[in-house]
Amino acid sequence: MIALRRTPMMSMLPIVLMLVAVALLPAACGKSGGGSGVTTIQVRGSDTMVNVAQAWAEEYTKVQPAVGVEVSGGGSGVGIAALERGTIDIANASRNMKPEEIEQARKNTGQEPTEFIVGYDALAVFVHIDNPLSEVTIEQLANVFAEDGKAVRWSDLGVTIPGVHDDTIVRVSRQSSSGTYEFFREHVLGTKDFKLGSRDMNGSKEVVELIGSTRTAIGYSGMGYATVAVKMLKIARAAGEPAFEPTVENTISKTYPLARSLQVYTLGEPQGAVKGYIDWILSPAGQRILEESGYVPVNRGGGGA
Amino acid sequence: MSTVPTTTGGGVVQRRPTRSTVALLGERVIETLIRVSGVSAVIFVVAIFFFIFREAAPVLWSEDFHILEFLFSTEWYPTSVSNVRYGTLALTVGTLSVTGVALLLAVPFGLGAAIFVSEFCSPKLKETLKIVIELLAAIPSVVWGFVGLTVMSKIIVTLTGTAVGVNLLNGGVILALMSVPIIVSIGEDALRAVPDSYREAAVALGATRWQTVYRVLVPAAKNGLLAAVLLGVGRAVGETMAVLMATGHAVQIPEGLLNSVRTLTANVAAELGEAPAGSSHYRVLFLTGVLLFWITMVVNVAADLVVRGIRRK
Repeated sequence: MIALRRTPMMSMLPIVLMLVAVALLPAACGKSGGGSGVTTIQVRGSDTMVNVAQAWAEEYTKVQPAVGVEVSGGGSGVGIAALERGTIDIANASRNMKPEEIEQARKNTGQEPTEFIVGYDALAVFVHIDNPLSEVTIEQLANVFAEDGKAVRWSDLGVTIPGVHDDTIVRVSRQSSSGTYEFFREHVLGTKDFKLGSRDMNGSKEVVELIGSTRTAIGYSGMGYATVAVKMLKIARAAGEPAFEPTVENTISKTYPLARSLQVYTLGEPQGAVKGYIDWILSPAGQRILEESGYVPVNRGGGGA
Repeated sequence: MSTVPTTTGGGVVQRRPTRSTVALLGERVIETLIRVSGVSAVIFVVAIFFFIFREAAPVLWSEDFHILEFLFSTEWYPTSVSNVRYGTLALTVGTLSVTGVALLLAVPFGLGAAIFVSEFCSPKLKETLKIVIELLAAIPSVVWGFVGLTVMSKIIVTLTGTAVGVNLLNGGVILALMSVPIIVSIGEDALRAVPDSYREAAVALGATRWQTVYRVLVPAAKNGLLAAVLLGVGRAVGETMAVLMATGHAVQIPEGLLNSVRTLTANVAAELGEAPAGSSHYRVLFLTGVLLFWITMVVNVAADLVVRGIRRK
């Protein structure tokens, strides 16, 4: 009685599904690395790095047609967790692996994770373009974002946003699997926790999009994601100290307080196709793509150690 | 159940036994298969519950977990470096409030549409409507989420002047749009299953069309209509991707329709991938699954009791 009645649409469903399955079949074969002799490198992790990782992957198939690179995001934590299980070849991370994660990887796979710094990034603090605020201190940021922080309205920071009647600060944050989330917590909040009630977005781009459409919003994301609808704030380490813009120069000189390195991890010393790929990422060609994506290349950052 | 082959009549006796042994055997096999698939539904439910609970159970006795905090605290800090807290109250309230808003919108529209499609519209329009409604049911939830994130949030901001368009109202509207097709399809089936003799009797007594619907058809089809609503609730409670994108994903108890919330399902989806297997965080997320399981079970049992109550009257 409660069964859905079969209409023409529904009876077509199996046929459509079958067509889709047939269409996907060659792709599924390619994945296993058999058939056409294409080796596939599986890359997962940081959402901050997913754009540049995809740009690398696309370019690399032109350089090395015999190697396919599959990239997915999810957050640094997701990539590292997958590396610990040995299900991927390369993990992208916008934070360093923690000692317990290295231990876990060693225990699961018997191999030591190897780290390669592939670039630098400045974590930018964004506000809406109409927000008159132009610089902020780390302490003020903590006041806005930390659990016991007192700043709830923009007037608490002495800011009046034009054309807004409710000036409650809309905090935009990231989900807890994000390396950006952990980096921000470590460098801005110290050991404190985030205040609950922030909008936790699933990607770097979403953060900037929401801020761009919300006059009372503030949030953080990679500087490569800036758009015309948002403004990057200058950041000072403490009140009275000079504030620095998130620029390439300030990132390299580390005068910008929220500069960080971007890294990839492999299990053991990389070999074969994976080694070739990482060498190419670190080569001038790979670094140029990184720079075009809005990050700072390693050679200009002063050594890849 | 099983049909015993009849072996009467002289000439047939020679041929029939050979055929019937095969038929008998085939019938046995088919009967067993049907019985197994019937029982398997129960086995699957029990097995799913068992495996989820097995993943979650160790945390129940661990140091940093308190069941009261889990159920009644709003502080969700699974990855804190200084003070880990696993309180899911804000998430439970998030799930219930989004589902509630969705049902308030979906039930009147869904049942209304089911009654219209079944009783009032012309056969030609009915065919078109059914196809369109089923097409609506086939839209993947991530697409709905995208609609919520981009289209609906802008509409809400323009209409209400609120700062952020991804909130409780947005999630509720999106979930309502997702449950309406289910409620319509199943509700329409339930109404169609009411024998035509009921309608004829009503017309013979001089009832108007409207009287026929709310005095005769709806009471006669109430079980099916309730099942339609329940499956709609099920879709709303269990939905993940769309609410993850449309609700704003903020851990807080909503004070109004325009606050952002986070649901239990969205929280599991966002955090399970990163939680190290076997850690407390991982186990607490599975426990969240157990909690969801209980919520749906309570809803189902309550609805069942309501139906029985109606039946007794």
